[in-house]
Amino acid sequence: MTLRALAHDAHFRRGVRDMLAFGPGLAAWGVVTGVAMTQSGLGVALSVLMSLTVYAGSAQLAALPLIASGAPMWVIWASAFCVNLRFAIFSSQWRVHIGHLPRRRRLVLGYLLADLNLLVFQKAWPGRGHQTGQARYAAGGAAAVWVIWQVSSLLGIFLSSLVPLAWGLGFAGTLSMLGIAYSLLNDRTAWVAAIVSAAAAIAAFSLPLKLNILVAIAAAVTAGLVMTRAGRAADALRGSGS
Amino acid sequence: MTMPSWAYAAATILGMAAVTAIARNFFLVAGRETRIPEPLQRALQVAPLAAIVAVTAPEIFMAHGTLIDTWRDARLPAAGAATVFYAWRPGVLGPLLAGLAIYLPLRLVLGW
Repeated sequence: MTLRALAHDAHFRRGVRDMLAFGPGLAAWGVVTGVAMTQSGLGVALSVLMSLTVYAGSAQLAALPLIASGAPMWVIWASAFCVNLRFAIFSSQWRVHIGHLPRRRRLVLGYLLADLNLLVFQKAWPGRGHQTGQARYAAGGAAAVWVIWQVSSLLGIFLSSLVPLAWGLGFAGTLSMLGIAYSLLNDRTAWVAAIVSAAAAIAAFSLPLKLNILVAIAAAVTAGLVMTRAGRAADALRGSGS
Repeated sequence: MTMPSWAYAAATILGMAAVTAIARNFFLVAGRETRIPEPLQRALQVAPLAAIVAVTAPEIFMAHGTLIDTWRDARLPAAGAATVFYAWRPGVLGPLLAGLAIYLPLRLVLGW
């Protein structure tokens, strides 16, 4: 499928549309990240390069103080990998939905798929397994997030002196995440996962490199596994009792 | 910045881009699907929700590395307003605007 045909595809367009509601929150985060890059002393050119190529807000923010303090290259890469580890977990989910694409397309799309993409995707395709149109939907979401993020991030870079960080603009991004988080709380497993994750993330907050997020994911997934086991055990007991 | 250090920083950044690509394609690179046990695969479905909650919860409940210990913090009432709005009208934009409507005055006028 050519890019032009893709742009007219119904699934692609739905992928774009579903992402637009997140535009304001995402843009607020993009601006904040752009400002943070410039103000860390990276300079405009390198900030632009980082925004356009690294394309992972949390890893960028984590790397800024390391770059500013002249940390060795491998330390910065290793910390970026730690901050990005959750994406490795997410990629196992994406595999189901976009794994059929030719490798080059799969890898380009995979590189573009951020946190928000998987959350919105899960909301739009609640069933499990692969369905027709999922890759095009994912591509639409990826395109929308990329454009919104890069435009706002570049705005932040070029207008960094004009954006008052005291406004707490970043909190707009947090607030817009609440909506999608609530909308995914549709069964007991999800509720338990969210509560366990919140508690674990706060308890492990002092870990470096945002590893508290990884701890929280591990705790939530483990809780889910335990609940599945417990459910089966309960079914078995009920079965033997009757 | 001087030229060598500029090139060094650029190389560092391009390496980070490679790290992003590797992490996001971790299980997408191989030609054949990596076999993940079915129960684990199912449990992993909560990973994105867990991740977003893990990012959001400290942003709402923590300040300077510990739990918020004052009620004069604009984030708690703002998150509360967003939550109430969501219960009334589920969505993304509505709760965001409701939250900001509480957050910005408290922060900019009262300095919370």
